[in-house]
Amino acid sequence: MEKRTDKNVYTILFAIAMVFVVGSLLAYTASSLKPAITENERIEKQQNILYAMGFNENEENTIAFVSTDTVAGLFASIVKEQLVLEVQDGKLIKEQTREEYMAANNGQEPYLIDVKKQQAQAKQGNPRKLPLFVSEHDGETLYVAPIYGKGLWDAIWGFIAVDKDMIVRGTFFDHAGETPGLGANIKQRYFMDDFYGEHLLTSQGVFKGIAVAKGNNDPKNERKEDYKVDALAGATITGDGVSAMIKADLGLYVPFFQNLNK
Amino acid sequence: MGLLSKKDTKLITDPLADNNPITIQVLGICSALAITAELKASLVMGIAVLFVLGVGNVVISLMRNIIPSKIRIIVQLIVVASLVIIVDQVLKAYAYELSKTLSVFVGLIITNCIIMGRFEAFALGNGPWRSFLDGIGNALGYAVILVIVGFFRELLGSGTLFGIPVLGDAIEKTGVYSTGYENNGFMLMPPMALIIVGLLIWIQRSRNKNLIED
Repeated sequence: MEKRTDKNVYTILFAIAMVFVVGSLLAYTASSLKPAITENERIEKQQNILYAMGFNENEENTIAFVSTDTVAGLFASIVKEQLVLEVQDGKLIKEQTREEYMAANNGQEPYLIDVKKQQAQAKQGNPRKLPLFVSEHDGETLYVAPIYGKGLWDAIWGFIAVDKDMIVRGTFFDHAGETPGLGANIKQRYFMDDFYGEHLLTSQGVFKGIAVAKGNNDPKNERKEDYKVDALAGATITGDGVSAMIKADLGLYVPFFQNLNK
Repeated sequence: MGLLSKKDTKLITDPLADNNPITIQVLGICSALAITAELKASLVMGIAVLFVLGVGNVVISLMRNIIPSKIRIIVQLIVVASLVIIVDQVLKAYAYELSKTLSVFVGLIITNCIIMGRFEAFALGNGPWRSFLDGIGNALGYAVILVIVGFFRELLGSGTLFGIPVLGDAIEKTGVYSTGYENNGFMLMPPMALIIVGLLIWIQRSRNKNLIED
């Protein structure tokens, strides 16, 4: 005798019921948790930007952001300006202050600009909006730019702090799904710290970027004007992704720094 | 032995040794290769699988009499995928730091053949309590191998354990490195995980001849 659960009608009804139950369960979970998740992501973005600017609670080898309670206050006091640049075909066509940008965009803060969406916009030939966070601390001005690219499995992104000559003063990298122990190590101190002091421009002002290079023969990273940092073993494609996003995204800011130093 | 009968105890202890999911059943090899370059990642993955396999086995076992056999694999996949996604979302909302650490494992857990393997081989034919024990036992057996492989790969590949340097400083040439010892970068590559798993299988079978198939 055929079992009840082998019948076609039963199978189809079961499948429909399952899709309905699982679908509503997931939809309910996602929508009810969304506000909390968005808030966490917003805080994280502020923590990332502050981290690149050198504000953290790091111990010797670990990465620790400023705590979630203090981040909003610190962000407000350290980040003096959030500029929004618009570039098209390598030219700077517009520069907005935070107030101007917020007035034109329903009060959206510039640091919440979605870099990924802006990349897609630029691909279609539209001008690209580039957020730039300016901090003043100890009499020094730093500029932090977000960058976004792809690693081996998924997205990678970061925040790079540079001074007015585009010398790197801090970095933060993160990833969505790189291999733990290999590509995921772009989030480790020893990788991020290597970028400190690296030059992005030649002395003539030509943008070179920073390549994540194998066989760099500079494990202590003493040469700061070679446009290279030491690669991670076993993470070639993630490393290439980091080189590529620095080159593509930071390169867009060059006109701004040229104007700055005129 | 109040809590567990002898048969129930075997469900937990067997997968730790003579019926180990990785070395005997050859399940979950993919993730054993992928994430064992670091001890910490191995441990986190072990705990995540422990949770998913324990709960998943119970859910499948409770549903075992109503699942249509024609689409049972899809049903299993949906159960494990929804479980993992819900946990990931809850962690993102209430334990954001932890979710950042775990998020890379989410995909690995869903596609881990050890989960589907135990659903199919055990939970579909046994009651919830026994399925739960089977899930815990197999996940522990899996975690043990992962931690052993992770230990050797991180120690020999990076000279660290849990990210803490234990052999001295490779660049400043202190500790063991002063004798001319070098980290073996090849240990960080996935093939070396396969070789270590192979060595474990060799050791296990040489100690217990019953495991050798003709």
